[in-house]
Formats: sequence, structure tokens, C-alpha cells
Amino acid sequence: MQSIVAKDLTKKFGDFIAVNHINFEVEKGEIFGFLGANGAGKTTAIKMMSGLLLPTSGDALIGGYSIKTESKQIKRHIGYMSQRFSLYNDLTVFENMQLFGTVYEIPPKELKQRIYNSLEDLQLLDQKNALVASIPLGWKQKLAFATAILHRPEIVFLDEPTSGVDPIVRREFWKLIYQAAASGITIFVTTHYMDEAEYCHRMSIMSDGCLKLIGTPDELKRQMGVDTIDEVFVKFVKR
Amino acid sequence: MSEITIQHINKRFGKIQALKDISLSVETGEVFGLVGPDGAGKSTLFNILTTLLVPDSGNVEVMGMDVVKDYLQIRQVIGYLPGVFSLYPDLSVQENLAFFATMYKSSILDNISLIKPIWKQLLPFKKRPAGKLSGGMKQKLALCCALIHKPKLLFLDEPTTGVDPVSRREFWDILKDIQHKGVTVVVSTPYMDEATRCDRIALIQNGEIIKIDTPSNIVSNFRGHLFTMRTNDIFGLMQLMEHFELRCNYYPYGEHFHIAFYDEVEKALPAFEHFMQEHGREHGEILPITPNIEDCFIELIQMK
Repeated sequence: MQSIVAKDLTKKFGDFIAVNHINFEVEKGEIFGFLGANGAGKTTAIKMMSGLLLPTSGDALIGGYSIKTESKQIKRHIGYMSQRFSLYNDLTVFENMQLFGTVYEIPPKELKQRIYNSLEDLQLLDQKNALVASIPLGWKQKLAFATAILHRPEIVFLDEPTSGVDPIVRREFWKLIYQAAASGITIFVTTHYMDEAEYCHRMSIMSDGCLKLIGTPDELKRQMGVDTIDEVFVKFVKR
Repeated sequence: MSEITIQHINKRFGKIQALKDISLSVETGEVFGLVGPDGAGKSTLFNILTTLLVPDSGNVEVMGMDVVKDYLQIRQVIGYLPGVFSLYPDLSVQENLAFFATMYKSSILDNISLIKPIWKQLLPFKKRPAGKLSGGMKQKLALCCALIHKPKLLFLDEPTTGVDPVSRREFWDILKDIQHKGVTVVVSTPYMDEATRCDRIALIQNGEIIKIDTPSNIVSNFRGHLFTMRTNDIFGLMQLMEHFELRCNYYPYGEHFHIAFYDEVEKALPAFEHFMQEHGREHGEILPITPNIEDCFIELIQMK
């Protein structure tokens, strides 16, 4: 079953083609890496797929819903987390999760249970009444991820979730990604850390609005005749 | 000669101790890197060095001047590229540069030599408002503005955060060029791989410096015996490894699995191979490798 099906997805801003007829599919439970240089069109593509921006032409089915006609449904079935905005600093850990859970209309009793389970998994239960402002960045990122999947979305979009995080927390974060994927949540992730691209089941590289490469990390390395994804990226973008 | 001398500085914001007893020096002409994750205290240290923030205790001298008493003189001779975009978005590229040149009582033409290669790339956009430039071009303009008064000492706070790997490389080439023109460079980054582009680095975590040295010395002081191998289901192996009894540190590293043994290799390696076999885990050849800065940083954090 496919969680994402993009068909000739295109976005123009005036004369500028930000996203140019991209086609790809992502399977349910897959970890899909979305790479590209700055300005390649990644953010525009993610905005369209999360129902925030209408395409100029083409379409994408997200969890079976069309981004052109069913964007409201899409918002209920996806989660989203970025490095920049994730949680409210002046609410506590618990209040943040409660707020997001309530927005997604999780029944109160059920919500409380899910928050407790989630905090227990993260070993953050003793921090539930701490203000988010006061907890370390590494914890915040893990908490933001747990919050983004509290409503058990079909797909979660992660936009540079580990940017600026220390090497140990980065790896802990990926452990959470693997757990979520194993539970059936589809992961769509962007990163500038090339070692993280290797953790993806499949990945793609965007350049000048086009999706130029797509495959498993091993396939792409073989195709480009190099040993690491870093070299794939450099070779590809400089071309 | 030392361009910067920091002795035992502390800085606290309410309950948070942002910097804990930091001492270090930066030599004239070097590229000195401050490497650590967000929230480690890098920007606080930069703000103190650039005279924007006063430390709670300790002494800091920049080019022989005191950051508290001589702050006005220091500001004349340093360049600073802050972590957030701080140019005037509604002034054009050329107007921004002219503005900064005038502030330092000079002109673009007087000092063009230092920034010529970067400025050439900006020329096609010189009439465009700075706010409408791409991320990479904004960064290059900010660098020009920080260099237009020919500072002897340049501070760059995370100039490459969120920048793609190819543009990051280009930016480091520019920094090296600036160094060769006689400018001392102090730069911070959360990317471990950039540490090797510095002459010396300080690894910083939770407001404390955990190591200061050249990248090659840091690597040669790695304590464990580091090995790498390929295997499928790396994250599954992570859980299994909790049952491996010898002293070691292990983590995924891209497509590889890194494991550092802290017992004699002669004993640890066969024990590990046996462990893998016992649990029916297939794996590729286990090869010894030289650690990189990221391996070292992980080891240093774990040891603390």
C-alpha cells in the first residue's frame, strides 16, 4: 500500500518553477529520505504534500487523499515536525502534548493514556511538569517527535529534525524514527547529514525543482560509482 | 602570539549556567573552531568575545584589549557574522555594503581587496534587496559586510548551519582564503566533519569545554579500539548489544556499525564475533578504522 503517490506534482511562482513535474511513491511504513541543495524545492514540495499549498498542476495522494480537493482530510492524517517550530516554550511538557492531542480531537481519557505511555517510552515522565523552555534541546527534539505522532498519523513529515543536535542524541532520535516506522507510520524526512541518508530505506535527491535520483542508498552509490552518499550528493549537485 | 585569551569565565542566565569556567586562547593567524551542539554555549561565548555581553566572572582579552573596559576599541578591529541574518532586508546588496563601510569610516573601494572573490559573485545582484537573496547569497553578503573594514579578527557564529553539503564546502574554501590574507578566524559549527578544516578546535558541550587541540591530536588520543562493519538491521543490533558484556561503545554510523572496545582487542574481537554468531547475526568483515572527530566527540561525551 502506498502512503504517498505524487503525480506530475508542479508548483510555479510567476515564471519560476519551484517544483517541476515530480513523480514518486512512498510505501506504508517506509523511511523515505528527501535530500537536495538549499533552494532545490524541497520545502515547497513538503508544503504541498502537507496540504498547505495548492499545486499549479499535477496532484499527490497522501494516505489516499488528494492534496487538491481533500487538504482538510490530509491535515488530520499527517504529523509534522521541523527544527524551527516544534513546541511552545512557555507550556509544560504535558501541556504541549495535551494541546496537540486536543487539536487532533483525541478523546481526553485516551489522550492522557497516550501521553503517559509516550513519556514513559522517552523516559521523560518525571519531567512532565517542566516548562519546555527549561529542558535540553536534545530532549525537546525527541519530545517534539513524540508529540507529532501522538494522533498516530499515517505519515509524519520531518524537516531537518536533527539539525544542530549532538551526535549521540541524533542517533537516539533515529532509534525513535525506526520504532515509529516499525509501528506502521510512514516517515518522510529531510536532512543535511549525509550519514543519516544511509539510515533511510529509500532516498531521493532534488535539484532545480526536479527529482533527479531515487532509490535505496546502496543503489544510488552503485549507480554513481562511489562509496558514500556524501560523494553521491557532491557529484550530483556539482554536475 | 595570542589573539584572544580567555581566563576562567562564567556566565549564568537565571537558573541556566551557560558557560562554566571556560579558559582558552586563540593564536594569531589560525582558524579556531568551536564545535558543539545547539545549546552548548557557543553563541554566548561569541557574544562575550564580540563585547555584546559581559561575563559574570573571569577575564577576556581580545587583541590585547579587555572586553569590558576597551569594548569600543575592540569593535573597531573585529568583524562579526552573527548566527541570524542581521542585514537590512529592504536595502539593496550594494547599499548594505556601503552602509557598513561608512559605519567604519571607510568606503567599498578602499577595502575591496579582501572581499573581491566573494563580491564578484554578488555583483549580478547588487541592486536586489538583501531580503530577497537566496540563503547562500545572503550569507556571502553578510560575510562581505563583516570584512569591509579589513578586520584582523573575524568571528563567525554557525555560518553553515542548515546549509547543504556542497555549499558548506564552498564556504570553507572562502574562509581558508580569508585566513591566507592574514585574518584570524574564530568559527562555530554543529557539524563534526567541519572540524577538520580548522587548525585547532574546542569541543564544547553543556557550557563546558571538553577538549581543545588540533583535530589530528584529538583523533590520535582516541582511547578505544575502533572497528567498523556492515550489517542489516543496525537498530535491531543496537538493542541486542545491551547484552554484550565486554566494555565497549557502539553506534550506527551511516550504513556502518561502529564499535569501540575498551578491553584488549585480542580478547574483545573474538568475543564479539562469537556473540554475533550466537545470536545468528550476519555481518560483513569487521575492520579496524581510524576514528574521525565525530567518533572522538561521542567517546568524550560518554566518558564524562
